[in-house]
Amino acid sequence: MTAYILRRLLYVLPIALGVTVLVFSLVHLAPGDPLNAVVAPDAPKEVVEQLKRDYGFDKPLPVQYFIWLGRTLTGDLGTSVATGRSVTEALRAAVPNTLVLAAGASLLGFTLGCLFGGIAGYYQGTWIDKLSTAIAITGVSIPHYWLGIVLVIVFAVELNTLPAMGMGPGGSSAWAWDIEHMKHLVLPVVTLSVIPMGIVTRTMRAAMAEILSQEFVQTLRAKGLRSYQVLAHVVKNAAPTVLAVLGLQLGYLMGGSILVETVFSWPGTGFLLNDAIFRRDIPLLQGTILVLAMFFVVLNLMVDILQSAIDPRMART
Amino acid sequence: MSQATETSAAMVDAAQVAAQSRGYWKTVWLRLRGDKVTIACFVVLALIVLSAVLADWLAPADPYKTSMLKRLKPIGTEGFPLGTDELGRDMLSRLLHGGRLSLFMGIVPVVYALVIGGALGLVAGFLGGRVNMLIMRTIDVLYAFPSVLLAVAISGSLGAGVTNAIVSLTVVFVPPIARVTESVTTQVRSLDFVDAARASGAGTFTIIRVHVLSNVLGPVFIYATSLISVSIILAAGLSFLGLGTEPPHPEWGLMLNTLRQSIYVSPWVAALPGVMIFFTSLSFNLMSDGLRSAMDVRL
Repeated sequence: MTAYILRRLLYVLPIALGVTVLVFSLVHLAPGDPLNAVVAPDAPKEVVEQLKRDYGFDKPLPVQYFIWLGRTLTGDLGTSVATGRSVTEALRAAVPNTLVLAAGASLLGFTLGCLFGGIAGYYQGTWIDKLSTAIAITGVSIPHYWLGIVLVIVFAVELNTLPAMGMGPGGSSAWAWDIEHMKHLVLPVVTLSVIPMGIVTRTMRAAMAEILSQEFVQTLRAKGLRSYQVLAHVVKNAAPTVLAVLGLQLGYLMGGSILVETVFSWPGTGFLLNDAIFRRDIPLLQGTILVLAMFFVVLNLMVDILQSAIDPRMART
Repeated sequence: MSQATETSAAMVDAAQVAAQSRGYWKTVWLRLRGDKVTIACFVVLALIVLSAVLADWLAPADPYKTSMLKRLKPIGTEGFPLGTDELGRDMLSRLLHGGRLSLFMGIVPVVYALVIGGALGLVAGFLGGRVNMLIMRTIDVLYAFPSVLLAVAISGSLGAGVTNAIVSLTVVFVPPIARVTESVTTQVRSLDFVDAARASGAGTFTIIRVHVLSNVLGPVFIYATSLISVSIILAAGLSFLGLGTEPPHPEWGLMLNTLRQSIYVSPWVAALPGVMIFFTSLSFNLMSDGLRSAMDVRL
């Protein structure tokens, strides 16, 4: 097991480095000089040169990369060009908000997905199965940002029962466990949960169907086990696959919540990204993307390790 | 082995492949014909594509013509069957015209990614070893980003615009296509008929072209069609964030974005562009599933 964890770590390190290289090069994808956003177009040449030296843009690219990487590793993600605030500070405020949203959506989507997928896989070919499959395909085909808008129209505009925007009363930007914050959470979580719901339903159905067709299930039945006892065995065997999907989905939701956060003005990382895009604030864009991607990488690693803890066969391949 | 035998061997092979494939395609056609859902999706998609192509003739009004007096009319208004938007433009005409960019931005990245990712996966899978390592580990880095995030990262850095959105979505879809192509190619490569072809003297290029490609193309193509649904949602999503098309061009994602401001005045008109995105994406998804089971592809 330890050997497996070490091997996984060795495999993840180059990927993490690759991610930093990619995020670093985003600055150079941007059209024009990286200083364009801070320098007035008519600034004197000496000032521009001085700024270039201050920001380190006069050095060769690889040197710039290692300086940037060194700073990043110490937790300094630079300063926002637009606001002059520290990117790390901005992220410290935003990441927990996105995490609340993503965790809520994963939990809801996962519970519903397991339920639908499990039932569909167990009663294959019946109308329940067809209904579940239809729900699953709707979940993966629906543009979730549009679903968010429709939910706002129904529950905020027409029925006026749930808030349409923000995270709490008075533009609150820090999560609290009270009824008002919970009310604000409902629509964004439901919106974001349709994707994992669809995917988990599909995975769970396929896993159930596959396991039910295996011989050991027949043996269990032949031994005279009751159907719920057989089900317990099947669920245990389906767990690793479904767990892997859950882990991936949580990561996807963290990174993919930008559209839903935009619809609901949720003050999380998606909101930061939106701000960064709108103001062409590349350091903020870079920092946010780096943190979200690293989160995804670490989550994947944890899922792999957890998976092999449940099912030791995985560690041997 | 002489040149002549090699060509004749290849010809015999090609003839056999052709004879088999005729039977195969007939089976596929018969299966498709019995699948009502897939047929319905074909029809819906054909209608959506046709209405976008023929928008100039079908649209009752000019999609760019604004009118301050006729702003935000509800659905069913006289002369405006689907209402008007925040600048008084006819919604039906804008939805018809909007399909052009939305479909274009959704389908083109998958086609590009199919070519690039397919080529990378084919090379990696066929050559194996170090080349495989190099290509697939590089691709793993792109896999470290959730797809929406990667699209936003690249698009956000490049700036708004249709071309930039297409570039970023292509980058998003190259890794999954390359991975699927690589795994299918690796399986095919180890099959007996490839060894037989090599033993009969076929060169690497001929083996790839005649034996590997014909077996890899089907599954990879089916996989790519399943990505179009995601691509349409993502492309409209980028426009929704202001990263795709720029106003005043009609595009479903951008229309959703601009109409969002008027959601309290004219709620249901604001939801219309999303209906189009949803139906297009759903039809592509169901069609892809239907094709997959008709062609009996397992991925």
